Amino acid sequence: MTGIERYESIAGKATIDELFLLARQIEGLSIQNINSTSVGGGVAEILTRMLPLMKELGVNMRWDVIRGDEKFFVITKKFHNGLHGVPVEITDDEYDHFIRVNRENAAELSFGDVVFVHDPQPVALIEKRIDLGRRWIWRCHIDFSRPDRKIWKFLHRYVSMYDAAVFSAPAFARTLPIPQVLISPSIDPLSEKNMELPETVIDSVFNKYGIDRSRPVVTQISRFDYLKDPVGVIRAYRAAKKRVDIQLVLAGGGATDDPEGPAVMEKIHEEAANDPDILVLLLPPSSDVEINALQRGSTIILQKSLREGFGLTVSEALWKGKPTIAGAVGGIPLQITHKYSGILTYSIDGTARWIKQLINEPEYATKLGQNGREHIRNNFLITRHIKDYLLLFTSLMHKGDLVYLK
Amino acid sequence: MTDHGPGTPFYFHTKLDQTILLGVRAKNVKQLLHGIRTVPESSIYHHTHRFLLQHQYLSPEPPNDFAYWVTEIVGNAALGERLASIDIVQFDSIAVLRERFADILESCVTSEEYRPETNHGDDFHFMASRTFVIPTPFVAHDLREFMDILGKISLNALYYHVFDAKLRLGKGENDFSRWLRDQARDDIADKIKRLDPYAQTLEGLRRRIIGLLGRDDRN
Repeated sequence: MTGIERYESIAGKATIDELFLLARQIEGLSIQNINSTSVGGGVAEILTRMLPLMKELGVNMRWDVIRGDEKFFVITKKFHNGLHGVPVEITDDEYDHFIRVNRENAAELSFGDVVFVHDPQPVALIEKRIDLGRRWIWRCHIDFSRPDRKIWKFLHRYVSMYDAAVFSAPAFARTLPIPQVLISPSIDPLSEKNMELPETVIDSVFNKYGIDRSRPVVTQISRFDYLKDPVGVIRAYRAAKKRVDIQLVLAGGGATDDPEGPAVMEKIHEEAANDPDILVLLLPPSSDVEINALQRGSTIILQKSLREGFGLTVSEALWKGKPTIAGAVGGIPLQITHKYSGILTYSIDGTARWIKQLINEPEYATKLGQNGREHIRNNFLITRHIKDYLLLFTSLMHKGDLVYLK
Repeated sequence: MTDHGPGTPFYFHTKLDQTILLGVRAKNVKQLLHGIRTVPESSIYHHTHRFLLQHQYLSPEPPNDFAYWVTEIVGNAALGERLASIDIVQFDSIAVLRERFADILESCVTSEEYRPETNHGDDFHFMASRTFVIPTPFVAHDLREFMDILGKISLNALYYHVFDAKLRLGKGENDFSRWLRDQARDDIADKIKRLDPYAQTLEGLRRRIIGLLGRDDRN
């Protein structure tokens, strides 16, 4: 059985057959993904899983990563924060440096027939289109509901030069002269991070880190980033712990394009203040099975983000049937219908209240998890994502609302 | 399915939708009405049909997006119920369906002076469906083959021949019934036409159509 055929038992044979039908439509085209990091973060994770499957479908797809110095990534982190609505100041010199690094990369890269650019870091590569032509798509993975006006004005002139822009949630749509497409990201149910695990593996991971499985465990898995509100998570845990005996696990990795990581870790350790029931785990990129085990062995999963591009860790938790409490930001409300397939909260107090509620009402918590899993099966697995990308590339070659393909 | 007449094979197609963000949003019922009047027909189609494919595990299905937003977000349960009760199966064109939504909303907008706005983040975002139709390898030459293939095709293919054919392509009737009439089987064609595809899950609809074909004593 090939890689793509293994998904038939989860998504259905007819769904996989349709992917092959669709892939035929772009036969002969070379598709090139470009982003700024090969490890860490949702984009790198999805591309790592998707590329081999695309190849099996007969799609000629590759992935290139732009290079930049430390100054470039400090600037792009400011972009990231500013686009998420955090106040930042970017100087003219920094904008100039951003453009310079993009031009250096554009001079070194060789481009495909379709250039699929991910996030703001490589957005200015589009200048190359003036000489080259080709088809260009800009894929935005971050929360664009309240972007900093000045940064958006700067990016707007580049984004407007693309053939299409792709956003992860309806609220991120902007006023643009090009078509805007909605594509939610996805999880891979067969990856090490999401595959079924024997209880023995879960036990061994919990033992390794000294987590007591006989008491409730509340876990947040995410990058150590202010926008994931790890400090807020600790405060919600403390508030809930006054009434229920819980442990807290904060686990995640860093990304090579995130210079803020160490400062965030320091804040977390300060807030945790040597509480023996708080475990902070900075995990290396190869820790997918451990993350999977931590999620599966937890009683409740949190994703208390303040801003979020999509929040794939929510889909991961729901796919494992876990009751999940998450901030109502970015793409999270697409994944959780409040009180039906999970819990949406807006504050530390609200999060603490729902932790207590779900610990005390395990049957209700179980039902939330079951509904959540079915919702993910229908809408957020990698097979749906591949379909959306194949449609996106196909759509560049056609006009009209109703297209008959051969 | 383009050819007609007795003995004409049925060519099964499937469809896949791309969701387009229109960048048009509504904060209150008046803005929703304005949007419904001005967005392309592919948007009206999207918001009245999207849930059929996205919530296959729910039964009964949720109502159309307009009704859901007015009920759950705006908090106007009475108006939401009227929008949810629109019997979409009786409409043969999106233009007429659009008018029906607009008429109901207009009666509310003109009679209500108080028009509360939603919170930030709770706006109604208009989207549209761009539909790509693809031929499948499945071809039925008689009723027996037709029934066998119906059990194998994707829900997208079923959806295309039942929903898209009638309303979006303006054929006035689903593809299955049209083909059955060509085969001089108006009896089954009428029974399939009478099914309300909006009041059941797609798998339920598939089972019912196969059931109608299976009961045929000439088969």
